Amino acid sequence: MPAAYTYLDHNATSPIRPAVFDAMVEALQAGGNPSSVHRAGRSARARVDAARRQVAALVGALPAEVAFTSGGTEANNSALVGAGRKRLLVSAVEHDSVLKAARGMEIVPVDGNGLVDLGVLEKSLAASAEPALVSVMFANNETGVLQPIADVVRVAHAAGALVHCDAVQGAGKVPIDLHGLGVDYLSLSAHKFGGPTGVGALAMRSGAPFASDRLGGGQEANRRAGTENVAGIAGFGAAAVAAGDGLATAEWRDGLEAALIEVAPAARVYGAGASRLPNTTCISMPGVRAETQVMALDLAGICVSAGAACSSGKVTRSAVLLAMGVGSAEAETALRISFGWSTVLEDIERLIAAWRDLYIRVTHSDIPRARAA
Amino acid sequence: MTAITQIRRNDQPIYLDYQATTPLDPRVLEAMMPYFTYKFGNAHSRSHSYGWEAEEGVEKARAQVAKLIGADEKEVIYTSGATESNNLAIKGVADFYKDRRNHVVTTVTEHKCVLDTCRHLEQEGFTVTYLPVQQNGLVDLDVLRAAVTDKTVVVSIMAVNNEIGVIQPLAEIGKICREKGAFFHTDAAQAAGKIPLDVEAMNIDLMSISGHKIYGPKGIGALYVRRKPRVRLAAMIHGGGQERGFRSGTLPTPLCVGLGEAAEICMKEMDAEAVRLTKLRDRMLKGLNAKLPEIYVNGDLEHRIPGNLNISFAHVEGESLMMGIKNLSVSSGSACTSASLEPSYVLRALGVEEEMAHTSLRIGLGRFTTEHEVDTAVDELVHHVTKLREMSPLWEMSQEGIDIKSIEWAAH
Repeated sequence: MPAAYTYLDHNATSPIRPAVFDAMVEALQAGGNPSSVHRAGRSARARVDAARRQVAALVGALPAEVAFTSGGTEANNSALVGAGRKRLLVSAVEHDSVLKAARGMEIVPVDGNGLVDLGVLEKSLAASAEPALVSVMFANNETGVLQPIADVVRVAHAAGALVHCDAVQGAGKVPIDLHGLGVDYLSLSAHKFGGPTGVGALAMRSGAPFASDRLGGGQEANRRAGTENVAGIAGFGAAAVAAGDGLATAEWRDGLEAALIEVAPAARVYGAGASRLPNTTCISMPGVRAETQVMALDLAGICVSAGAACSSGKVTRSAVLLAMGVGSAEAETALRISFGWSTVLEDIERLIAAWRDLYIRVTHSDIPRARAA
Repeated sequence: MTAITQIRRNDQPIYLDYQATTPLDPRVLEAMMPYFTYKFGNAHSRSHSYGWEAEEGVEKARAQVAKLIGADEKEVIYTSGATESNNLAIKGVADFYKDRRNHVVTTVTEHKCVLDTCRHLEQEGFTVTYLPVQQNGLVDLDVLRAAVTDKTVVVSIMAVNNEIGVIQPLAEIGKICREKGAFFHTDAAQAAGKIPLDVEAMNIDLMSISGHKIYGPKGIGALYVRRKPRVRLAAMIHGGGQERGFRSGTLPTPLCVGLGEAAEICMKEMDAEAVRLTKLRDRMLKGLNAKLPEIYVNGDLEHRIPGNLNISFAHVEGESLMMGIKNLSVSSGSACTSASLEPSYVLRALGVEEEMAHTSLRIGLGRFTTEHEVDTAVDELVHHVTKLREMSPLWEMSQEGIDIKSIEWAAH
């Protein structure tokens, strides 16, 4: 792979930071099962405890409020099942790991900017006395749109509902405070911001009800059975400590969007009217399928994606964009560009150049004289 | 290939707890390294080469794991570890077939995550039969045969016990399950890579594997799920639909690669390693027996993995002994419950009396154990056991021929 490869798909996964790598290799070489009483076990336990403090500090939680999991998907599943509420209300733009965690959820719609409709949420909650759990994500994985979590909490708590927030795409990118937001459960993933894959956490407000459906050795204060992924957890801790270092500001994103719109004035930035993560742009290239864009950009040495990385490789239309009212033909032209700690301005310049080349090439062949210049 | 260098620094205690966890083999670490750094892609990203490269690593590793147990790679799904594999196998199969079958068979010496899962199923309305084991720790096949009915959905019996290392008669159990039409799940966390396993010859339908018990990383495991005849499962973790829908979540590429490499090394070295470890274990037992009377090995010594001993040192409190032998990292039972002072339920199930169970140590030998370490461990154990016994009035009485059980203790 050429060294000059430009990676702009950090919302899929972010490369691990050097400090994370060092922490992990050290832990991998040290070994030890944190549940063992002897010295090897105690030193593994100390690593896990240190990382717990680091991750807790990242999201303003107490260390005891953090339970490590195998990742964001498990954290989301675990919260939705473990809270023990039969009635689940979730926003229409949630990640599949929330939407598919249980059956019979009630979907709360979003507006054209992707923001959850608080009025509908309030009405739905009032419609039944059954205690509920509301799950609304912190930031959307495709558009970067930030939800009004504090408002969601206010509405939900007033109706006696618990609140879960999937902060997988927000944590490590923008400040998050469990108690400041007032949420009861918060899902985190390490590999979205420079930590390793295979580790995440569920932070829960002390006192929030929780019963894990995964049974076994009683690790993580009975909230998550299984020998702890010590090296992964140590890496997660190191990523939490380094989280803010070298992150691009919204200026880079805004500059990118302005440059692309200059090339194609009809290009549309999704969620532009809402607050968004500073690292994410979801933009259409008019008339050009995202699949085509992704392949052409890959040939040009640039990694981006057409949406979520998750499922099976099938290119499907983005459910997130459809929920925002984007037409299905248009949704097929949307590209996701996401920066991270390793992104430099040159990466963005390369993307702009390649995107412009592609747009001119394609529109010239498909729509004769669309852009004479 | 990297030469195996000494894992332990000289100032560290001797690690004899290989059933709790194993050190990462340096060769495994080396295989993982590129996937931490320049091959960091999301294995599910299909639109660029970072993703493809990661996927290639994940799939090669899947084939390595499959080969270790005689499976097809399509039958191996990644999980976060054996606890998750066990939960998913038992709950998943029970949930999927619950309309037709509502009975589960297991044994009383299973790992806690299997027993807890079975208890959970009881709350859900399933009937669970907990089979006793014989004094040697092995399940009685006639008792098993009698317990399995046409309502039994799954029989879950561990391949190798985590405390006493005994190997269950897997092929015979598999045969009984197949005859009766029940699925056979085996928790092979302690067996994979240590004894030959063949899902075909043994009629195993579901098998749990752990990375960190085979010199691979923590946080990764696998579940074998038979495809012919097909075993179906209700998933526990839902989302992106990875792992054919059985287990959603971004795959941790470096961990998958590490599991695969660990499996391949185990497979290559299994025979030679078994011979070496058996020699070391025999040396240890002989050394202890030569100097210490009244020590008892718990569990069958013949049907046992080479790297395990579980010994009761009569009249010596296991916890006190562990405090004394500071230079040895051993445990008094399974790591999960080692912080509790309850006697091991596994030993109790063998009929070991409570007092005797309290005197037991689990000693695990493995890939990096040396003859010198074994000799040092024997010396330390002999020294401390002898010292503790000298201080023990019970030991004195027993040496004088007094039957301690006959004593009636006066209340103070």
